[in-house]
Amino acid sequence: MSAQAQAAPQAAHPQDELLRTDRIPHIWCSGCGIGIAFGSLMAAIAKCDTPRDDISVVSGIGCTGRLAGYIHLDSFHTTHGRAIPFATGLHLTRPQNKVIVASGDGDLLAIGGNHFIHAARRNVDLTVICVNNFNYGMTGGQLAPSTPFGAKTTTTPMGSPDEPFNFCALAAACGATYVARWTALHIRRLTTAISEAMNKKGFSFVEVIAPCPTAFGRRNKIRRSLDLLRFYYERSVVKNHLAPGEATIDFDNKLVVGKFVDIERPTYLDQYDMVNRGELEAWPATGVDASAAGQRKAG
Amino acid sequence: MGRRVGLEVSLACAEVVGLCNADVVAAYPITPQTHIVEHLSEMVADGHLDAEFVPVESEHSAMSCCVGSSAAGARTFTSTSSQGLALMHEILFIAASLRLPIVMAVANRSLSGPISIWNDHSDIMAERDIGWIQTFAENGQEVVDLTIHAFKVAEDSRVCLPVAVNLDGFILTHVIEPIELPDKEEVDAYLPAFEPSQSLDTANPISMGIVGMPEIYTEAKKANAVALEDSYEVIKEHWAGMAEKFGRTYKPIETYRTDDADTVFVTMGSLGETTMSAVDQMREDGINVGQVRIRLWRPFPVEDFMEAIAGAKTLIVIDRALSPGLPAGPVATELRGLLYAKGASPYVANFVCGLGGRDVTRAQFIEMYQTAQKAAASGEEMTCQMVGVKE
Ligand code: SF4
Repeated sequence: MSAQAQAAPQAAHPQDELLRTDRIPHIWCSGCGIGIAFGSLMAAIAKCDTPRDDISVVSGIGCTGRLAGYIHLDSFHTTHGRAIPFATGLHLTRPQNKVIVASGDGDLLAIGGNHFIHAARRNVDLTVICVNNFNYGMTGGQLAPSTPFGAKTTTTPMGSPDEPFNFCALAAACGATYVARWTALHIRRLTTAISEAMNKKGFSFVEVIAPCPTAFGRRNKIRRSLDLLRFYYERSVVKNHLAPGEATIDFDNKLVVGKFVDIERPTYLDQYDMVNRGELEAWPATGVDASAAGQRKAG
Repeated sequence: MGRRVGLEVSLACAEVVGLCNADVVAAYPITPQTHIVEHLSEMVADGHLDAEFVPVESEHSAMSCCVGSSAAGARTFTSTSSQGLALMHEILFIAASLRLPIVMAVANRSLSGPISIWNDHSDIMAERDIGWIQTFAENGQEVVDLTIHAFKVAEDSRVCLPVAVNLDGFILTHVIEPIELPDKEEVDAYLPAFEPSQSLDTANPISMGIVGMPEIYTEAKKANAVALEDSYEVIKEHWAGMAEKFGRTYKPIETYRTDDADTVFVTMGSLGETTMSAVDQMREDGINVGQVRIRLWRPFPVEDFMEAIAGAKTLIVIDRALSPGLPAGPVATELRGLLYAKGASPYVANFVCGLGGRDVTRAQFIEMYQTAQKAAASGEEMTCQMVGVKE
């Protein structure tokens, strides 16, 4: 391709303002779902009242991880799996910031899974967007913690023997205050979910079921992006407020989408401040009668 | 007598791990290692290799899983690269100190940041002191042979140490080369079934990895260091066996046109082949240069090296990694220390090149030679130079 042909596109994109246009063309395959998730994220940011200087985007490694390099905001492309700890440091230093973590399923929930559960447990005020395409796209389509049982990847050519994670159930069980899942064809609802997640205080999680035609689709004989998008969309049923444990991703039955959790809970900083202001009651609040405990006979 | 095939080096590496009857492969995908483990997973899936393939959730888990399987007596293989090797860091020491004969192919790649998936040696240089045997392959055939040799040495009851076979990311991993792949029978004859000298066994329980109090820690470390040093003879012995069985000869240090060479390039890994062609060109122009290739990096073959550079007045040491804060790359630093201890004083010129996948051309080797000659003639000490930096 000549340098001419690679030059910036002629017509402006409506979201150019939020894009590092000098870095376009991007590396994503045509038909990849990451673009849709990215578009929704930019639409949500465009609607948000927070000054742009106070919004930052952190990503890990992988195809989705490249997003931090394309967004025209303060952004951080971290190492594999460590987006959440980087984001936690950023949030604690600039609590006024809206810190958005956008990364893939492998990055956030395999190599970085530990950080995910602990940030949710502590209720760190982050917005975590996970583009779930059921495999490691960037390295060529290997088994991920999201790969459906039986689906083929380059490291499970006979089909995956593993039970995948239900990310939404995991996030909810760990204490996330906002949990939603949409496919990449639910664009409006996805954008709304990202907006709500950004405005929510606490650990908010949005899962985007997205096509990776190049690696996952090809291996599983659904090669065209549109077919993958339709496949996910047509199997989806909207069940808002369903118990997250029941919000399964079952390709033979129901791929449940919706907003599953929207609750209030003190954030990590709320509790941290409370402890440091000395406002915490003794632990345990009910007190312990040491002498009585000592006298109790065993057995 | 084997078969000559055109094969991507990663696939050849996987094939040969299969020929070696690995029992367990635990790995996490990272560019440019992926083709090795993907091919292994295919071999396991289609029944060509009777092994467990464990697609773990990080490299830290990969090496931990390898430690477990090796401790239980399984022939164990893994492969990684760059950040993945860095993430394995703490477990690498454990594998060596528990004397577990794990074999790992390291597809050498630069470390972040900036993020780079391309080739250099910063990953392995940061792991220099893990206590593993470490070899460097220069081409696909060497990857195949060094991998078979790695299992043979690692599992030898006189050694019982893990081995890392280094192969340059992309430059080797993703290139199709003509390779002689040995027959199964040949490999079986060279590498019998793994018989661990010690393994976890419920009938005879042992504890591994327990605390070493100050009374014993130093002795444990000494035993480890001695085991690594002593592996040198076994490494050579098994290369001799390899020459007999497979007809290919390997030495800890290889020399090329060094006989009457005043100046000698010192290289490690695939870049050595470009150096070799630069040496040929300079020889045609009547310049007395030669080349020394370090194949065995740990344990370092001190005497072989001293012998190889014996006649040289100037050494041009090529480093593929930086040691920031010191005016020399890691290889040159080690060699300088060695030369000093041996009372040898050739002029040492040190160049760092090929970082993060930057190509190094034959012409650049000739320029390095000229720079080194000038510096040596001036007699002034030369600090490490980075080649081809755009100002
Ligand atoms: S490999 Fe898959 S996830 Fe990565 S850009 Fe291509 S389609 Fe998207």
